[in-house]
Amino acid sequence: MNEVVSSGQTALKADNLHVSFGNARRGSLIRAVDGVSFSVRKGEIFGVIGESGSGKSTLGRCLVGLLSPSGGGVLHGDVDPFKFSRRELNRHRRKYQIVSQDPNAAFDPRMTILQSVCEPADIAGEGTKAERRKKAFAMLDRVALSPELANRYPHEISGGQKQRANIARALMLDPTVIVCDEVVAALDVSIQADMLNLFSRLQEQLGLTYVFISHDLRVVSHISDRVAVMYFGKIVEFGPAHAVIDTPLHPYTEALRSAEPEVNPAAAEARQRIILQGEIPSAISPPSGCRFHTRCPRVRDICRTQEPQQRELLPGRHVACHFAEEMLGEKERRGLGPAGRNGADRGAAATQMPT
Amino acid sequence: MQQLAESMTAGQDALLDIQNLTLSLRDQQGWVEVLNNISLSVKPKEILGVVGESGCGKSMTALSILRLLPPRDSRLGGKIMFGGQNLVSCPESQMNRIRGRHISMIFQEPMSALDPVFTVGYQIEETLRRHFKLDRREAAERAVAALDSVGIASPRHVAALYPMNLSGGMRQRVMIAMALVCEPRLLIADEPTTALDVTIQAQIMDLLLGLADRTGTAIMFITHNLGLVAQSCHRMVTMYAGQVVESGPVKDVIAGPRHPYTAGLLQSIPDSNRPRGTLPSIAGRVPSLRHMPKGCRFGPRCTFSAQPCGLSQSIENTGRREVRCNRWEELELERVEA
Repeated sequence: MNEVVSSGQTALKADNLHVSFGNARRGSLIRAVDGVSFSVRKGEIFGVIGESGSGKSTLGRCLVGLLSPSGGGVLHGDVDPFKFSRRELNRHRRKYQIVSQDPNAAFDPRMTILQSVCEPADIAGEGTKAERRKKAFAMLDRVALSPELANRYPHEISGGQKQRANIARALMLDPTVIVCDEVVAALDVSIQADMLNLFSRLQEQLGLTYVFISHDLRVVSHISDRVAVMYFGKIVEFGPAHAVIDTPLHPYTEALRSAEPEVNPAAAEARQRIILQGEIPSAISPPSGCRFHTRCPRVRDICRTQEPQQRELLPGRHVACHFAEEMLGEKERRGLGPAGRNGADRGAAATQMPT
Repeated sequence: MQQLAESMTAGQDALLDIQNLTLSLRDQQGWVEVLNNISLSVKPKEILGVVGESGCGKSMTALSILRLLPPRDSRLGGKIMFGGQNLVSCPESQMNRIRGRHISMIFQEPMSALDPVFTVGYQIEETLRRHFKLDRREAAERAVAALDSVGIASPRHVAALYPMNLSGGMRQRVMIAMALVCEPRLLIADEPTTALDVTIQAQIMDLLLGLADRTGTAIMFITHNLGLVAQSCHRMVTMYAGQVVESGPVKDVIAGPRHPYTAGLLQSIPDSNRPRGTLPSIAGRVPSLRHMPKGCRFGPRCTFSAQPCGLSQSIENTGRREVRCNRWEELELERVEA
């Protein structure tokens, strides 16, 4: 009954979304998500990047209906999940799953992997027990976990295997959208690569839509079609993944990009290092004007008083910074057009790498 | 200290020289070998990166150097030479003089390394008073100065706070202040920035390298982040399944890895220029300690595995580089490109 009716191509939409915690009268109101708007197309991988405290996990939890917005709204296709009754919402959000960071905390230590993977279907009451078990094995197979592991307990398998089981469980109810919240952060780099490949494969096979939340720029830019960069509850920049990572037009994105350790020595030398001072300010008393001004290397007077408006600078690229046009100008003068920078790096690397 | 100074002038160029270190640990199932013939050295003022997946023995090597393993359930073999002494056999009383004074350590999770019931200022004073003849007032002054040196804005105020009052980045700054307050000759940093955001990671690395440079402290930097190694270390060591499989100057190893494991780690790093879903990865995982493969320990996961790999692999030294792979000369490993 509450099946998602496709409205054109939009799978998920946030419209001026606000999520707050605490109490305004006692002066402890925290605006974790503060006016965020974007829409995710069907089958798209939408990346969300930000430091801890930027509100990205709160956003993810609200998108799947685990938290209620305090302002604005979320649309799943063209239905508003928060208009449903509790019972209807519970049924509806089976199609909107979330996979979270810590696979160790995601499993009941007293249940076998198979029991845990079956659980969502058991609760939904789909089919007979035998059918559910059969489906669970099929899902374990999809995530490349051998069936021998099904009867093990969580402590008997590795972190990477647990994260696979976690994904298998999220797939049990045939979701259309999966929010992946820091799903590879706790894994070793080799396993992380495996897991990213798995995510892309599942996306292709099942036509899933992902919201991929991570603090790791490399991870997000590798997997996503478009990315949004969050700072302090707001989206400061969003656009096509490659363009945003290669030619950031917001000083915060630029700083994140330069803070990322670079393996390639030529690329490391070519870029400019920006080390941000300080940490994310206190959530209870956000800075005036632009929220990034306390740490911004390009800060000027206007930033302290006026909040920058988000605008479309290049087709599909939205930035909220007073000096975004200036940054764009600088980058164009240096001949690093929206797609040019990669080429430049590759060229530099090719000449300096011994062969 | 006298001994230490002598050994330096005697022309021994390594500050820390580990030779054929083995470590066995005991659990309910009996003894099991965790480290197998580890040899590595750190020169004065050098920054050495140690990389490898979890379970490769990186942290165990660090804990062995400082002898922080339970004495009843651990057995060390080989030599750990530091300042003319072999730390493997040196008495506990001597170790107490070395720990925190000549060799100190920073752990990954500062919250579990700091004591929640004492102020951070007191915890730094404690280290100072343990090793130097200082009264409380002098120690407190030096603790405040140490907090100031790690870029904490109001050190006097922070010194009176408890660890729970601080953010992750601040806690790690406190840990660094504590580790460097006695100006040790060697600092072992075990994943010091793994729990932090990239922007804070950049701040902490900058700070750590700056301070080490000023005090002349050498760093053994344990991490699984090859990017950090590339940008901050002089030499690197790759560990796999309790063995050293490759070592050499960072630039050379990254430009041309010789061991397939190092090459695999380098290629696994996500890259926006590679099409989605085609990230090379290393199949399988680190073998369990009780079921080590015969011959090359990386063999079962190695894409180049062939006949000679079943034989035991010895580490081959070619001047500044070492590699534990019988076939390294014939392999064509992919280099890292931008």
